[in-house]
Amino acid sequence: MRIGVITFPGSLDDRDAARAVRAAGAEPVPLWHGDRDLRGVDAVILPGGFSYGDYLRCGAIARFAPVMGELVPAARAGLPVLGICNGFQILCEAHLLPGALTRNAGLKFITRDLRLRVENTRTAWTRAYSVGQQIVVPLKSGEGAYAADPGTLANLEASGQVVIRYAADNPNGSAAAIAGVCNAEGTVVGLMPHPEHAVDPLTGPSADGLGFFASVVAAVTA
Amino acid sequence: MSPVDTVARAAAEADLPQPFAELGLTRDEYEKIVATLGRRPTGAELALYSVMWSEHCSYKSSKVHLRQFAATAPPSSALLAGIGHNAGVVDIGQGYAVTFKIESHNHPSYVEPHQGAATGVGGIVRDILAMGARPVAVMDALRFGPADAPDTARVLPGVVGGISFYGNCLGLPNIGGELDFDPSYAGNPLVNALCVGVMRHGDLQVAAASGPGNQVILFGSTTGPDGVGGASVLASATFGEAASDSTASAKRPSVQVGDPFTEKLLVECCLELFASGLAVGIQDLGAAGVACATTELAAAGAGGMRVRLDAVPLRDATLGPPEILMSESQERMMAVVEPGRVDEFLAVCAKWDVRAAVIGEVTDTGRLVMTWHGETVVDIPPASAADGPVYQRPLARPASQDALAADDPAALPRPADGPALRADLLALLGSPGLADKSWVTDQYDRYVRGDTVLAMPDDAGLLRVDEATGLGIALATDGNGRYCRLDPYRGTQLALSEAYRNVAATGARPLAVTNCLNFGSPEDPAVMWQFAEAVRGLADGCATLGVPVTGGNVSFYNQTGTVAIHPTPVVGVLGVHDDVRRRVGLGFPAVTDGAGEAMPSRGGLPGGSGGMDSAREGAGSSPRASIVLLGRTEPEFGGSAWAHVRHGHLGGRPPAPDLEAERSLAALLAAAAADRLLAAAHDLSDGGLAVALAESCLRGGTGCTVRLPGDPFTALFSESAGRAVVTVRPGAEAAFEQLREAHSVPGEVLGTVGGDSLTVQGCFTIPLAELAAVHARALPALFGPGLPG
Repeated sequence: MRIGVITFPGSLDDRDAARAVRAAGAEPVPLWHGDRDLRGVDAVILPGGFSYGDYLRCGAIARFAPVMGELVPAARAGLPVLGICNGFQILCEAHLLPGALTRNAGLKFITRDLRLRVENTRTAWTRAYSVGQQIVVPLKSGEGAYAADPGTLANLEASGQVVIRYAADNPNGSAAAIAGVCNAEGTVVGLMPHPEHAVDPLTGPSADGLGFFASVVAAVTA
Repeated sequence: MSPVDTVARAAAEADLPQPFAELGLTRDEYEKIVATLGRRPTGAELALYSVMWSEHCSYKSSKVHLRQFAATAPPSSALLAGIGHNAGVVDIGQGYAVTFKIESHNHPSYVEPHQGAATGVGGIVRDILAMGARPVAVMDALRFGPADAPDTARVLPGVVGGISFYGNCLGLPNIGGELDFDPSYAGNPLVNALCVGVMRHGDLQVAAASGPGNQVILFGSTTGPDGVGGASVLASATFGEAASDSTASAKRPSVQVGDPFTEKLLVECCLELFASGLAVGIQDLGAAGVACATTELAAAGAGGMRVRLDAVPLRDATLGPPEILMSESQERMMAVVEPGRVDEFLAVCAKWDVRAAVIGEVTDTGRLVMTWHGETVVDIPPASAADGPVYQRPLARPASQDALAADDPAALPRPADGPALRADLLALLGSPGLADKSWVTDQYDRYVRGDTVLAMPDDAGLLRVDEATGLGIALATDGNGRYCRLDPYRGTQLALSEAYRNVAATGARPLAVTNCLNFGSPEDPAVMWQFAEAVRGLADGCATLGVPVTGGNVSFYNQTGTVAIHPTPVVGVLGVHDDVRRRVGLGFPAVTDGAGEAMPSRGGLPGGSGGMDSAREGAGSSPRASIVLLGRTEPEFGGSAWAHVRHGHLGGRPPAPDLEAERSLAALLAAAAADRLLAAAHDLSDGGLAVALAESCLRGGTGCTVRLPGDPFTALFSESAGRAVVTVRPGAEAAFEQLREAHSVPGEVLGTVGGDSLTVQGCFTIPLAELAAVHARALPALFGPGLPG
């Protein structure tokens, strides 16, 4: 079981994502933004960070990276893909996921451990959880407010594409307290919170985030 | 544009007046340059000397004092590189070395808070990188004027936003620091940034241009007009009488502009260059930019260098030699590379999208020669610029010091009963300097890199270095301007003691010291006296504690008009933790009755889980962990938080440092952590036992019940040094008692952990909810609601 972790210029949590993959019993495979090559991996993670400094719109430049030329068709063909934070922003920019991430309502960067509710456990990345389960995972972002037009939001709700919701406080003004969504097939998931920072109570608020990585291992080997 | 001033022209037009005073040089200094060169300097040479001989770069007023650090340093086998390098390097075992340093960016942060603070982070990160280490974390020690002053509302959010913007984008966890307020910093905020890096022993890089014929490569950002004169005009001068907006805006062009994305690429690029052995020498560009990097590399190496200034990649084509030399454009490094490996070097830079240009070569001529389109514009002996003048400034203990010492806080009215003690505790807890710092720290990423074991508000930041063995490092910074104003010698030792104690509280062994010495004008004999006393106090303290000073930074001219800031040495202590899995946080452990769903408390952090899961492992539900006060408490209130917050009073003597006691206490804390005897530990400092107990309650989300020994007011609010409050795991009481006696540390059981209030028997009870509300609301009330919800 090999899971690719893409490094864009300005990716920061690639090391953490690789560690989480190892903790779930899989082999992390580094993927380089400039290579048109997914190295035959079974799933891909787009990690957090500030690709290209986020000086334009977050993720707007990274979506044009050569590796994305391989990733987008592979994802459309069913390859499990998880975007975390900046990775989520890139997946939205690449139109693999609906909606967009905008400036936090408080206009400040927020780092906070948050209680989340798992809404959909049929995706490739959430099957280790139970519906309604509450988990504690850190959020750390300046542009994490999920936004979409009313029709898209209604569709997301109707089709169960809201994967994760902020359970207590809505920290950034996200529409419908949405913290994560998936594509219609449930193979591509985007999350604003960082499950890779919650895989070991020594270095995170909990080990609750490990389930995302364990889920894809189960999904691929099933 | 006027024709460029060449060496030939300087010889021919010897009498042309030079604007040395505008560049911050004295007439004596200018004449020294003329004597060195045997002619007037060119415009480029004058620019170069003006920045190199600035107080900021040359340490000309502080050097004679700083020599004590090396002279009295305790023998330490841990020191791999000491003072004089970009940063000191310490051996932490298992083949790892750690380098750390703290530096000021005070003046730029006042003029342009966001960029000033951001580039402060960027600069210190490059210092660490230049040693060959991977930067792994940052911290920041911040001091502002009165919290409710309008200018603080301008400066503080900008500074915090700048640190957040730069550090987060760079991918370095921010693991701690300080935040304090005092009228003495109005118009002179202190923004001190610390960076720590980790490397293997063999990775140490040198800042020297050796090997004649080797190529000199400038890489990273292009060079622009930003930050011209930052070191000389801005950081080495006092703000005008009225620190008005016009002063600030006149100096705004001297502030640099940060690009953390480029710095991130530069970090990864440098680490790959080092790993491939492609750099013979490396130097970061900080204050004084190209001028400083070339002179220091040449002076430390083969002695000469030839530089083509027209080869420097520019972002503004109108810049001439003086501006190029003085520019403090950020995110630049300079490397010395063997000619045969230049192509490989450039290929690595290209991989990381880092611009690089060969701008010169190493020579053995003993001269630093720079040309501009073929004409020589600089021709100097590099050591003359790198070494700079040395001043023995006059110093005098100000007469006002006696009156200050005589104004003893013993005369202040004290709380007479339980309700009054309760009110004083809440007042302290809700004061801006002691209130919950989440408004600030929530803006920093403390998780990135996944090795943060403890972060603010714990006593020290704690990072894992080796996943397999659990080896880690702890870091704390402390300073107390009010103590130092009363007695700079004692005050500095108290700052050292507190940082040392904070590191020990996590279970780490303190190893080494860095410092950032923030003072007023060195031209004021009273300030120089404060400075000399502070340095002497730190050197003596380090000798007693057995921890060497590995490097540091001096920031003078922190004053507006004739009013200097409180002398504020900020001391950083680095410790090694043998196994971070045995770390000790400051939160009281939850008393688990089985069910309680563990939700981290407000501002919940990795460290929060430390207390919680230790309790889960050890405690079970019935016997409650006992709270033990360690150390000796005397009635010491000079410079205390109580006197400051309740009476606006500053007088008397600060607490007496007891460094031998600190040493014993630290040894006890490390041994108790290693034996897993403690569920929590918290040092006692500002606000004494009262504030420490409240913080431990809030951090752990658990109350406590204690009985005070002796006079309740003294027990609660004295700030005697060398103290900590620890929570002993149930069942470990006898083992801890034995260990405590073996270390000769006085101790007294105060009570037990548990419940949902802070109860001081016979005095008062405060429900945790009330405590939390008072603690949490102070900063949002001042600086706006940070977060919804």
